[in-house]
Amino acid sequence: MSSSSYLRRFFHTTPSETGPIKLTQKRIYILPTRNGVILSIVLFAMLMGAINYNNSLTYILTFLLISVAFVSMLHTWRNLYGLYLDIGKCTPVHVGSLIEVPVSISNKGSQTRLALNIAWPNKEPIQFDLKPNELQWVKLTLPTDHRGYQTLGKLTIYSQFPLGLFHAWSRLQFKQDCLVYAFPAKNGQLPSKNSQQDGSANSGMTGSDDFVGLRNYNSGDSLRHINWKALAKEQGLFTKQFSGNQSDELVLSWNQTGSTDTEQCISQLTRWVIEAEQAGLRYGLHLPGQRLPTKQGRSHRHQCLSALALYRK
Amino acid sequence: MYFRRKKNKETKYRDDQAEPPHSGIIWLLGALLLVIIPHLLRLPLWMSASCFIIITWRILVEYKHWPLPSAFVKLVITLGLVAITYYQFHTFNGLAPGSALLTIMLCLKLLEMKTIRDTMVVVFLGYFLIAVSFLFDQSILFGFYLFSVVLALTTALVILNHPQASTSHHKYYLNLASSMLLQAIPLMLIMFVLFPRISGPLWSLPKNKTSAIIGLNDQMNIGEITQIAGSEEVAFRVKFNSPPPSAKDLYWRGPVLWYTNGRRWQGVHDQFQLHNLTPKEPIAFSGEGIDYTVTLQPHQKKWLFALDLPKDIPDIAKLGIDYQLLAETPVTNVTRYSITSYPQYTTGDAWPFVLQAGLQLPDHRNPKTRALASQWSQQSLKPQQIVNKALALFREQPYFYTRTPPALSSHDPIDEFLFTSRRGFCEHYAASFVTLMRAASIPARVVTGYQGGEFNPMGDYLIVRQSRAHAWAEVWLEHQGWVRVDPTAAIPNERVESFVDTQRFLTIIPEQLMGNHSTWVTQQLLQLRNSWDAVNHEWNQWVIGYGSDRQLQLLDKLGLGKLTAQQLIIMMIVLIAALITSTLIYLLVQRKSTGDPVSDGYNLFCNKLSGIGITRQPWQGPQDYNELACRQLPHLKQKINTITQYYIALRYSPTKRYQTEKFIQLVKRFKP
Repeated sequence: MSSSSYLRRFFHTTPSETGPIKLTQKRIYILPTRNGVILSIVLFAMLMGAINYNNSLTYILTFLLISVAFVSMLHTWRNLYGLYLDIGKCTPVHVGSLIEVPVSISNKGSQTRLALNIAWPNKEPIQFDLKPNELQWVKLTLPTDHRGYQTLGKLTIYSQFPLGLFHAWSRLQFKQDCLVYAFPAKNGQLPSKNSQQDGSANSGMTGSDDFVGLRNYNSGDSLRHINWKALAKEQGLFTKQFSGNQSDELVLSWNQTGSTDTEQCISQLTRWVIEAEQAGLRYGLHLPGQRLPTKQGRSHRHQCLSALALYRK
Repeated sequence: MYFRRKKNKETKYRDDQAEPPHSGIIWLLGALLLVIIPHLLRLPLWMSASCFIIITWRILVEYKHWPLPSAFVKLVITLGLVAITYYQFHTFNGLAPGSALLTIMLCLKLLEMKTIRDTMVVVFLGYFLIAVSFLFDQSILFGFYLFSVVLALTTALVILNHPQASTSHHKYYLNLASSMLLQAIPLMLIMFVLFPRISGPLWSLPKNKTSAIIGLNDQMNIGEITQIAGSEEVAFRVKFNSPPPSAKDLYWRGPVLWYTNGRRWQGVHDQFQLHNLTPKEPIAFSGEGIDYTVTLQPHQKKWLFALDLPKDIPDIAKLGIDYQLLAETPVTNVTRYSITSYPQYTTGDAWPFVLQAGLQLPDHRNPKTRALASQWSQQSLKPQQIVNKALALFREQPYFYTRTPPALSSHDPIDEFLFTSRRGFCEHYAASFVTLMRAASIPARVVTGYQGGEFNPMGDYLIVRQSRAHAWAEVWLEHQGWVRVDPTAAIPNERVESFVDTQRFLTIIPEQLMGNHSTWVTQQLLQLRNSWDAVNHEWNQWVIGYGSDRQLQLLDKLGLGKLTAQQLIIMMIVLIAALITSTLIYLLVQRKSTGDPVSDGYNLFCNKLSGIGITRQPWQGPQDYNELACRQLPHLKQKINTITQYYIALRYSPTKRYQTEKFIQLVKRFKP
């Protein structure tokens, strides 16, 4: 790696990387801490005293402490040197909650590393120790303020151990984005069949008790509801629709929210998706330019919420 | 994280504002107690007591989780203690009041010690106080004590920087701190040896009133001291570079006393400004010179000691008109100087006012003594004959040498001694003799200093202890100048009370080995004492006495010649940088041990193959890598297979057949 990349990293302009990242000598920076500066002033005063009184033991003490400071610089640096960091998958959360970002730090070697800190810039760090050959996962939290992909900031790992005179740090930009779902609206009342406003026959409460009609087949529809007779007559693939409580179907769409504000619509739809999944309903989602079929389950819920989170982003 | 900009509204997290670990504070307070004990012994009792109470209280705070005092209480305590300190010393300037104030401040800081930063500042203050302690005492034992306190403080610093510190790790912290101190020693030595030393202080040193020399004083009061208890403290040590002179020539000249009021004898500083003058005629030396090096213990006076009479004066000294060697500044540190003396000399003619000063006697004091002297001078004897007459008086009349003379309380103490008590030690004899000479119109003066010494075969040098303090006389004789006369030596041995005192002019063998004192036990004890003294001597020579001349000498020995201060500093910086860089490089290239011999062995195997271009990729398991290696190196196929087989077996199905030692051996022998 050239020296220019060293400087680039110092000024935080490096591109993001994929893990695992090993902390090499080119990634670790070190500067004296405030306490280090205070000690240097104390040591200067001691040196003046030693010179003035020509006192050998004061000379020795002063030089010993200066040397210990140098030695501690190497120790602090070595506390970070050779660590491997990687980042795990983060579970999506809704705007306003904290994202948990799992970070793994692995200590390959026989060295004990104490008082390591990992943090987002200027935030309170998580402190931990690593035994020889130990791997630890720490969960860093990150506040969220908008839906969509949230890029992770520079992760800072640092240490001042053992003497607190030097601050060694490394900033890492992992190539990972965390998805943030939109904020769910307060109103948890699912739209009823009667609330159809767009005239679409495909929306409203649907179930499996009383046959109400046919609609075009959507992938994911239960095989039991396929109109096999029509298929045999080569009329095409239709799904039978029923109304009732046991297997209600619901298609959530933009217009049902009754709002003109995009964010409000998304917020309301997000809430409905959550409620629908919780109620055990089959639901679909229609967004302008995007249609998600009526389905059920965790991955479907994630698909719907992702679509909402990423809408026009 | 660390950089803090002002006017930044967002409060940033600061590491050193966190609360320090509990066990770190306990350790720190313990170490601090050790730091201030030497100070407490020196400070007034009330101060030591308040410091002690504060530290004890602070330890209790940690255990009982009491709250720290409010700002008002702190202010009252602080102002109170500072005011009392000022009341005690009437100044904050100077070593004793300064160190007292620092100790008090350190204790006060404990009242508000809350965050990690506070505790670290306290640790730094602790280091500073240790440095201050060294200004009072630089002995070996004290040095060892304080450097172990440095270890304790450093351990506290380590614990304070580990927020999750637990008591079960204390051994680890102690090991870490000691290994860091040990690792620092090479760097420290480079700085200690090469840092340029300047002679003379940067600012004027405050007078240290507390310590005074024990054996020697710059005045003497005849008849007041009724018991001399010889202090065994070392005054100075002498290494002879040429054959040492005989014991009878070992007169180490100190202050010369001229002025007397009949009882008190003192130097000339008040009466005449003689020290700034040079003798009228240069000294004519003859015979063999004696080369020697004196290592003088600090005694807070300007006196340097030399055998009569010194010729080549060291740079740091000058020779007064009464031939006393004086340093430019008080000797506050161990001081070394090399000098050449000639036991045979003629000082020649003297200034008239000097002779005048050598005849001063108070009127109407000691009339009997004056009468005796004028009786001699009326017999028209030559000065030399009068001197002999006086010595014959001490020799033939019943004069006794004793360490416990009776007090001379009369108005005329010399008369009382010469004609009534007749029992005394060197001061009595020297003062009486000089009084007699002056009354007989022979210029004379009292010379104080040390006589003799004891030889230490362990270090091949002479120890002069405070118990060797002595007083003798000098008379001025025409054509000869000042001549030394020791009236004490005229007392025959049978009238000397203590056997030891009879030997001091005869030999430099330590008294423990003389006569019936010498038993096997005393000999062993003496040997022990001599060895310890030799260690102290080396300590003085190379540690405490390491100054600009020693530095020059050492650099010369190393073949570096004479270097300027700049050259020394550049050399020091270059060496330090080289040492740190090489350590860093070592850390970078060293093969990381995983702490697991099997992994280490396999890594070594991979590294060996990697060295010839067969690198194991992260996705390659041992089997895949084995195939690759065998393909590339068909001739080593069998060995590579065996090693891989061993590794997999040891890793995944350890059995007795596959031994780790054998595996390591195979890897080590493997040469691709």
